[in-house]
Amino acid sequence: MIVSYPTGHLSDVSARPSADLLELALVNMDRLALQRIYSASGLTPLFFCEQFITPALAGIGEKWDRGELSLSHVYMSGRLCEDFMEQSFRGAPPNRKSEDRVALAVLEDYHLLGKRLVGFVLRGGGVDYLDYGTVTAAELVRRVQEDSVRVLLISALMLPSALKVREVRDKLDRAGVSCRIIVGGAPFRLDPSLCDEVGADFCCAAASQVLPALKRVSGGEP
Amino acid sequence: MTSMERVLTALSHREPDRVPLFLLLTLHGARELGLSIEEYFSSSQNVVRGQLAMLRRYGHDCIYAFFHASLEAEAWGGSTIFRDDGPPNAGAPPLKADAIESLAPPRVTDVPGLVRVLEAQRGLRQAVGDSVPIIGVVMSPFSLPVMQLGFDAYLDLMFDRPDLMQRLMEVNAAFCAAWGNEQLAAGAHAICYFDPLASPKMIDPSLYRRFGWPAARRALNAIKGPTATHLASGPCLGVVEDLAGSGTVMVGVGGEEDLAAVKKRCCGRLTVFGNLNGIAMRSWDEAAAIAEVKGAIDAAAQGGGFILSDQHGEIPWQVPERTLEQVAQAAREYGRYPLQGGRG
Repeated sequence: MIVSYPTGHLSDVSARPSADLLELALVNMDRLALQRIYSASGLTPLFFCEQFITPALAGIGEKWDRGELSLSHVYMSGRLCEDFMEQSFRGAPPNRKSEDRVALAVLEDYHLLGKRLVGFVLRGGGVDYLDYGTVTAAELVRRVQEDSVRVLLISALMLPSALKVREVRDKLDRAGVSCRIIVGGAPFRLDPSLCDEVGADFCCAAASQVLPALKRVSGGEP
Repeated sequence: MTSMERVLTALSHREPDRVPLFLLLTLHGARELGLSIEEYFSSSQNVVRGQLAMLRRYGHDCIYAFFHASLEAEAWGGSTIFRDDGPPNAGAPPLKADAIESLAPPRVTDVPGLVRVLEAQRGLRQAVGDSVPIIGVVMSPFSLPVMQLGFDAYLDLMFDRPDLMQRLMEVNAAFCAAWGNEQLAAGAHAICYFDPLASPKMIDPSLYRRFGWPAARRALNAIKGPTATHLASGPCLGVVEDLAGSGTVMVGVGGEEDLAAVKKRCCGRLTVFGNLNGIAMRSWDEAAAIAEVKGAIDAAAQGGGFILSDQHGEIPWQVPERTLEQVAQAAREYGRYPLQGGRG
């Protein structure tokens, strides 16, 4: 159990609420501390998501990327935040920005934890997205065209699924569809050159990097 | 030295004639025989022929009598989804949390897929006797639930229902031990215990110590033969002491980890195997193959206690045979003890 960060201790939550302390509360799965930090922040749920939840999830993702936390921390943090948003908004917070249409998919794989982790971060960041679930490359391209998706997020656990992104890229290019592709998942971590090989525009080493990646490929605020 | 003598010497933390090489190949056997992956795994005889053909082609030091992980999911009511270009994948998770209370381990001999594995191991043992180690595989009690329940449902169980989690570990440990022992009886010399969730990259070590380690200890002690724990690309340094106390004799090292640092921590206690990057291996030329083999040997081979292998426990279908031959050749040339340049 981790009870303190260099920037604070869980006993400080009411006196000095901060995103760092929220991060600590989430890592410890301390639902009560989350509520106390929210109350002490004096913010509306929407601003609390923006100023506390998004940076806290980003911090946890960075620590996972550096090997300081586990995927179980990332998952449970996201789940607690999802519960908070469910209570506060009956779902995700309202989409705060006008931006490119975003879709999230997994290619030919039935193990969806990575997609769920990305979903936590997107919802926390107020990004509206289409959830395509598990699809084939051909189905994905068809749906991207039908829905006029401009940024496609693809999560891959297995190498063959990651390699299928090339097929999606080529089909989109042949169809003249302008759509940026952001990829993430174990194969891309283990071989960073895979990102260029499959024609992706950006690769996330952790789910928490999806918001900066969206900002980068969209050229604006996520 | 035979492969068996080479491996046993390395496991004794001494230097054999050269660094043992485990090419953990499964899918490439299908290509050897000109079969689809699904066709290949449908018959134990295919796997026997495929493994023996790869042993002849590469001259490496093990037979990998593993089909695919989803066979264990089938044992619990799950399914396998085949594809043409990669390992068969487990289909929808067969269990729900509310079934755990009355769950009983399936009988290995009632599962046709597992019986095929045992038949292959019998055939392979008849073919090579004790000259080459035959490695069987089990999924750990702690990692199997990813296929049984789905990853997110499993994490929910771990946090929300520790009582059911404990019960699942007990049932899974009993199955794991029975499955490992059936393989040893059929012809496997050792069992590779796949436990990717033991890695701190995956699960908080405090949870591993609460649930995964006791199950590992129970299962590994009940398996009547040597076991090797593999974290399937996951870093292991954060739990090395736990692994050393679990009853295993080897640890597989992921590609993101400092091989020399792991060897130093394990020295004299656990034999280290790894950690060539199978995903990057797809695009290695000969120079890269030699450099990577040399790098791993330089990092960890001194004094024995090391087997050169990949990081994940399965080499991807996309790695060309030519590259595997270059890896095997480099291991034979560069891995001779005493190591060149006084490294050994």
